[in-house]
Amino acid sequence: MEIPVEFLLEKTIIVVAVFTVSLVIAMYSTYAERKVSALLQDRIGPNRAGPLGLLQPVADGVKFFMKEEIIPSSANKFLFVLGPSLAMMTACLTGAVIPWGSTLEINGSIVPLQVTDLNIGVLYIFAVVSIGVYGVMIGGWASNNKFSLMGAIRASSQMISYEIAMGLSIIALIMTTGSLSIRDIVEQQVDGHWNIIYQPLGFFIFMVCAFAECNRTPFDLPECEAELVGGYHTEYSSMKLGLYLFSEYINMFISSAVMSAFFFGGYDIPYIEKLGLDHNLVTILGTGFFFFKIVLFIFLFMWVRWTLPRFRYDQLMNLGWKIMIPLAIINIILTGSGILLFK
Amino acid sequence: MQLTNRSKVVVDKNMTLMERMYVPAIVSGMLITLSHLFKKKATIQYPEQQREFSFVYRGKHILKRDEQGRENCTACGLCAVSCPAEAITIIADERKKGEEHLYKEEKYASLYEINMLRCIFCGLCEEACPKDAVYLTEELVPASYNRKDFIYGKDKLVQPLGTSAHPKTYKPYKK
Repeated sequence: MEIPVEFLLEKTIIVVAVFTVSLVIAMYSTYAERKVSALLQDRIGPNRAGPLGLLQPVADGVKFFMKEEIIPSSANKFLFVLGPSLAMMTACLTGAVIPWGSTLEINGSIVPLQVTDLNIGVLYIFAVVSIGVYGVMIGGWASNNKFSLMGAIRASSQMISYEIAMGLSIIALIMTTGSLSIRDIVEQQVDGHWNIIYQPLGFFIFMVCAFAECNRTPFDLPECEAELVGGYHTEYSSMKLGLYLFSEYINMFISSAVMSAFFFGGYDIPYIEKLGLDHNLVTILGTGFFFFKIVLFIFLFMWVRWTLPRFRYDQLMNLGWKIMIPLAIINIILTGSGILLFK
Repeated sequence: MQLTNRSKVVVDKNMTLMERMYVPAIVSGMLITLSHLFKKKATIQYPEQQREFSFVYRGKHILKRDEQGRENCTACGLCAVSCPAEAITIIADERKKGEEHLYKEEKYASLYEINMLRCIFCGLCEEACPKDAVYLTEELVPASYNRKDFIYGKDKLVQPLGTSAHPKTYKPYKK
């Protein structure tokens, strides 16, 4: 089979763009995190590096690279390096199936703003996110440190528990959409028929589980600096620590993108077709609107982090197994009966 | 007797379903943090902005001169006597002929030392002084590596010549 050069070029550009955008957004999420935390606590936050402190992420990055790289002598060196690499890799992989925008018409050819439109995109995201737990697990285990191990065990059991509820909440969504392709899901929500209207409970469960999957407060038990020093990344230093922290922010970005695509219409601006604008312009506006939604979700992540204290571990497990999973099952039943009654 | 209405009676009642859901409580908590987003920030950008000293701030001492640039201090020793930390050392001397432009009265302090490590900046020396000579200013006593550097002699205490008041911050608050 011959692969046309234009196709390769187009995909390469999109891959590089998605990769760059996720890295840049993750970079500025660290800045936003500090700024938001400061503002919520009546402080100002970073404002020295560059105007408004906008160069702060660059300074942080340089600092991470200049720090001494320490690998504990009792650690398993191969796994110790593999952990953060895996965490970073899986975080970046997820962006491939998310539709960042509608289509662009360039010289008569139609270019979808998506790396690949897998017909099982939803499953792909779940698969990759599940691999993400290995990054934490391997890193914590390879450190040969009891705090790291505790953090890693907590992380893996937490992520596994909440993945179930997350999957169940998505099943209800898929029952209404009838497709596992994320582009199909987004296309069905055109003109304000956003899934949040039909699946409010599903969205709520999905959001709570996304918080847990990203190891964000109130579910940041794996790091839990009060009890576990730093959790799974206690022994990490320099850019390997940076990769762990960075992958958390990329995960946050991707979860925000997934949430806005699944429940808030993705790149859909309601009734923009009525304005009769050029198709390319509509696409670009839609992508901008998609990123606006993503930024709002990232802000929500941070807002919650600086409001709520973290759960105790048994509370976390109670919430996951005894509340979230039954709720998700009830949601499936409700959705099923709703489909039977109204369609 | 009840002084304020702030105390809350603890009741061991079962929570209602709304309360057990925690979601309304979480939302109200998040609204509180959100309201702080728009509040005035407490930060003072230090090197550029400096917090104003209180009007009655007591910092480093100054030995005043009068309008003609003569030292007010007559080495009466009342400040040293009043000092609860015994930080002040004075040696008096008699004014020679030709020194009238330096010292206001016939007696002056040839040595006036304040040990800033002992000083508690209570301001009693200032209150004791009958000659309007010693004041506490808004200036800070800087840190040093050496104990000897904290014994401030006349070189550091006397108001510089040609200044009507302390160059930066001198504000007499005793009216």
